[in-house]
Amino acid sequence: MRRAYLGMNMAEAGSPKKLPLDALWRARTSKFGDFAGYDMPLQFEGLIAEHNWTRQHAGLFDVSHMGPCFFALPKGHGLEGDDAHRKVASLVERLVPADIQGLKAGQVRYTMLLNEEGGVLDDLMIARPAEPGAAGDLYIVVNAGCKHQDWALIEAATKGEANLVRADDRCLLALQGPSAEAVARAVIDPALADISFMQVKRFDAFGRLTITRSGYTGEDGFEILVRAEHAGALAEALLAHAEVKPIGLGARDSLRLEAGLCLYGHDLDPGTSPIEADLAWTIQKRRREAGDFPGRKRIQRELELGPSRRRVGIRPNDRALAREGVEIFKDGKKIGIVTSGGFSPILNAPISMGYVAAEFSEPGASVDLMIRGQPRPATITPLPFVPHKYHRAKKGVS
Amino acid sequence: MTTRYTKDHEWVRLDGDVATIGISAYAAEQLGDVVYVELPGEGDEFAAGADMAVVESAKAASDVYAPIAGVITGANALLSTQPDLVNQSPQGEGWFVKIRPSNKAEFDALMDEAAYADYVKGL
Repeated sequence: MRRAYLGMNMAEAGSPKKLPLDALWRARTSKFGDFAGYDMPLQFEGLIAEHNWTRQHAGLFDVSHMGPCFFALPKGHGLEGDDAHRKVASLVERLVPADIQGLKAGQVRYTMLLNEEGGVLDDLMIARPAEPGAAGDLYIVVNAGCKHQDWALIEAATKGEANLVRADDRCLLALQGPSAEAVARAVIDPALADISFMQVKRFDAFGRLTITRSGYTGEDGFEILVRAEHAGALAEALLAHAEVKPIGLGARDSLRLEAGLCLYGHDLDPGTSPIEADLAWTIQKRRREAGDFPGRKRIQRELELGPSRRRVGIRPNDRALAREGVEIFKDGKKIGIVTSGGFSPILNAPISMGYVAAEFSEPGASVDLMIRGQPRPATITPLPFVPHKYHRAKKGVS
Repeated sequence: MTTRYTKDHEWVRLDGDVATIGISAYAAEQLGDVVYVELPGEGDEFAAGADMAVVESAKAASDVYAPIAGVITGANALLSTQPDLVNQSPQGEGWFVKIRPSNKAEFDALMDEAAYADYVKGL
């Protein structure tokens, strides 16, 4: 038996960096692997057991390889409140198509860095801090594999107008699952119940924490930025809760795939536009109308006329897995390619995401997946495969 | 009835004129949760070392090679609905195929239990 394919192969040259909590994870598993230049825990109890635990209880993920940073107007900027926010937001809006100026205090948005051709250089989260004293600051989290390029891009586009301070020497822990709120309230602060999906707040516990109600599993949960010297105590306190187990990068991948979320470098890349990726919802009205972002010509054209290909969900009709790189056919003609694929523990079936020519992108369409030289029938399926369970704010509450 | 092993972690158990083939407990452990197994059909013929089957776990797909040459006389139908038998009982209920060996000398050339245990220890 020889390994033909390994799912997560974003290894970088050179020896991988250790996570600040390396010893804490090594006491619980020996299954590590190089991902984006970091030696990451891939698996604890087993991919499927970890996946199901996260869907039913709460999983703790170490995502400290990612790129959190603060982007702030220089000291003495002299602006206050919304004015300070609009100023700093207008700087990053040079690079992303989301309405960042329109963020309310404490709000987070998902967006992407675009190139001049409208292709995605990375997907990221941008947050406006809730605290009045932090007006003029943004909290930004970019992907691990892109962080150096992203930070250089942001700095080059905003030279002298704002300062980017890396926070990737801290730890980023994600607590995800239906029990996440109860656990976070018990271990960190009862006030965590008061923030909703895609909101951010600072908490004075374990040093000072910056917590967003967000994640990449489709579950309710939190992403917690904690200083490295307090991270061990926080992780141990969370893991001591009966509802929490550590979860590796392997289950993180199957969870995000079931949730229909894109993995950068696989489902998104510099040749792919947000419209093709079915992420038009991330470009708010003000920005669409103004068209003041990189790649606007292509993006506005695709918004108006529709893209030539679209990201879709795909359900193979039998049990063979269709992983990244599998070609998609219709009546013997190639119409697309799988960009992520694997096994869904919740559906107990294989699932894939990929891009197909727009005319074949309607849910219910039959296609063939070319797996090991054999065409195998599959069906285009709406995303997500498993419904999201985000804790959304009630209407009328900001 | 003895069991022998390949460096690629297949096992072969020879019982008279029939050899049963599967993947070792070590291989199953390395793969993790097995979610799909693709097996050849009865009558298919393989040379030693040829691609014979595919085993997919949640994290990876792997080719399974014919440890010895022969003709398939049966495949484990249970694996189509219960691929996790490969994890639960890799050298029992989780067997892959039965073959009629074309050259029993190939079997004798494989590692025995003790040699395979030593080999795995060195990995």
